[in-house]
Amino acid sequence: MPVQVKGEVLDIRRVGSYQVLSLTAPGISDIARPGHFVTLGIGGEESSMLLRRAFAIHQVQSRGVYGGTLDVVIGVHGKGTRWLSERRRHDVIDIVGPLGRPFILPRERVACVLVGGGYGSAPMFMLAEQLRERGCRVDVVVGAATEERLFGVLELKRLASTLTITTDDGSLGERGRVTDVLPELMDRVDAALVYACGPMGMLQAVADMATARRIYSQCAVEEAMACGIGVCMTCVIPVVGEDGVTRMLRSCVEGPVFRGDRVRWSDVGTIPPDTLGAPVEGGH
Amino acid sequence: MTRAVISSGPIGGNEPVVHIDMSTDLDGILMPSPVLTASGCAAAGRELDQFFDITRIGAVVTKSVMLQPRSGRATPRMAETPSGMLNSIGLQGPGIDVFLEKDLAWLTDRGARTIVSIAGGTVDEYAKLAARLRVSEGVAGIEVNISCPNVENRGQVFACDPDMAASVIQAVKRHSDPRTPIFAKLSPDVTDIVAVAGSVVRAGATGVSVINTMLGMVINPDTMRPHLAGITGGLSGPAIRPVAVRCVWQIRQAFPDLPIIGMGGIRTGLDALEFILAGANAVSVGTVVFHDPSSPMRIHEELEQALVERGFRSLAGAVSYAHRPPDPVFEEDDLDFISE
Repeated sequence: MPVQVKGEVLDIRRVGSYQVLSLTAPGISDIARPGHFVTLGIGGEESSMLLRRAFAIHQVQSRGVYGGTLDVVIGVHGKGTRWLSERRRHDVIDIVGPLGRPFILPRERVACVLVGGGYGSAPMFMLAEQLRERGCRVDVVVGAATEERLFGVLELKRLASTLTITTDDGSLGERGRVTDVLPELMDRVDAALVYACGPMGMLQAVADMATARRIYSQCAVEEAMACGIGVCMTCVIPVVGEDGVTRMLRSCVEGPVFRGDRVRWSDVGTIPPDTLGAPVEGGH
Repeated sequence: MTRAVISSGPIGGNEPVVHIDMSTDLDGILMPSPVLTASGCAAAGRELDQFFDITRIGAVVTKSVMLQPRSGRATPRMAETPSGMLNSIGLQGPGIDVFLEKDLAWLTDRGARTIVSIAGGTVDEYAKLAARLRVSEGVAGIEVNISCPNVENRGQVFACDPDMAASVIQAVKRHSDPRTPIFAKLSPDVTDIVAVAGSVVRAGATGVSVINTMLGMVINPDTMRPHLAGITGGLSGPAIRPVAVRCVWQIRQAFPDLPIIGMGGIRTGLDALEFILAGANAVSVGTVVFHDPSSPMRIHEELEQALVERGFRSLAGAVSYAHRPPDPVFEEDDLDFISE
């Protein structure tokens, strides 16, 4: 169950194009699982920016001198993330979490491929650790436009059996996209599960590749949210249920992790005409 | 008018905490707190119950339900704006059957007071929804959403036309339990909100909920197109609070005894106090919940404290207090008279 707490900034450090923000998070870090996210209040109590910003939980420490702490990775995209990137040690930030449905871990010791696009690699660290604890083989692929936009390459190298890096401009690793190297890797390690986090286009490509090979995929989406707790209905995407019916599901509470073969990736941003309750001819 | 000097609390140590009567009565809906959730900002209560005890607030006003399941509009559905946000959800919801079976049943089991918000595309749909609620347990009141701006046709915003608004309320009145209070939710996007309020009151509304969101729009400077897939959306949050307070004030001026639920950009207890002083008997809090999911109980506590600090012995004593006659000005002669 999520809680709302005041977190104190312990550290903020630059990593490539990103900032890693470490916060005390009593009551959150000890129950957080890979794929969970938190939302952070922006701009302090009198802020004119009312909407919380959502971040995948990157790392947690449930014990230690500060009680529970957690790390999130911030990419500066606008005013809210810029404000966060300017926080300093001892500043206080309102945190709600852990939120969402986390990644599902396999019972058996199977080979897993983890794919991160840009700072979409952030939640893969905890995931890789826990998969390895279960005896799973873990291979990681990370990709970004440039070397600067990759996140956590050195650390991932330590966690994974193999790490494959791609950049659009070839500044690090292979020139190209993660999907250029993924099929060969999935086949080589006989992957049973693919986990992915990154931009929608990448998730779609990864999910399609996995599904074509009858490999189960779990994709963590990054969709614009206002509340993060399931009440505002802004973060919906079209997802096919077990009954074959498409519904607009909330990424915050029914995701952010979805089965790759269930999301209608090409229809994200639309209401497919066969969605439950879709507008009929003549309008609402 | 009941005002009193509140004696200080327990001696020594902690800050004195003085409690006053915060209950309010919306024509038969008795509530221990004047703070409600705003429709569309609390789903059906379950999510917020993780952050505070939803049985302690005045009532949960549920997201507007329609007869049939509805997908809502395409994304993006939301844009942050200065001290507010635009939304263009388009009334996504499960339809009345699933709502009654899952959401209302849960709220009733939980012991929450529930005001059910209903929305329809035609007068007949509102009538059918009212008939369904008539035979359902756990409906403390009905809020009739005749002012959702996120519909394809502006002509369907019934609250923009006093006659259309009245026909919806008449239909709901005719088909609902006569003991169930009916609140008409009004739009600020009209020339004369008092005329619309008068029209729904004559049609049988118990009271009014003011205000719904205001129609707004954001152009994305990167794509140079409307940011929302629905093009326009409803503006909410503190940005619209002065408009909402003005609407409550005007309606209270015209209808001294009408139950009014005030809403629009309430973020703190002092914001809620503005609405109470302007004439609201209760307040709904909406967009702030996205910012601070624990806020409804916080606002209740801050409002109570603000009332205590101003010497009120009850919430009821503060309702419409801003409408009181000007404070008397004593002439010197009067003072002479008093001193004699």
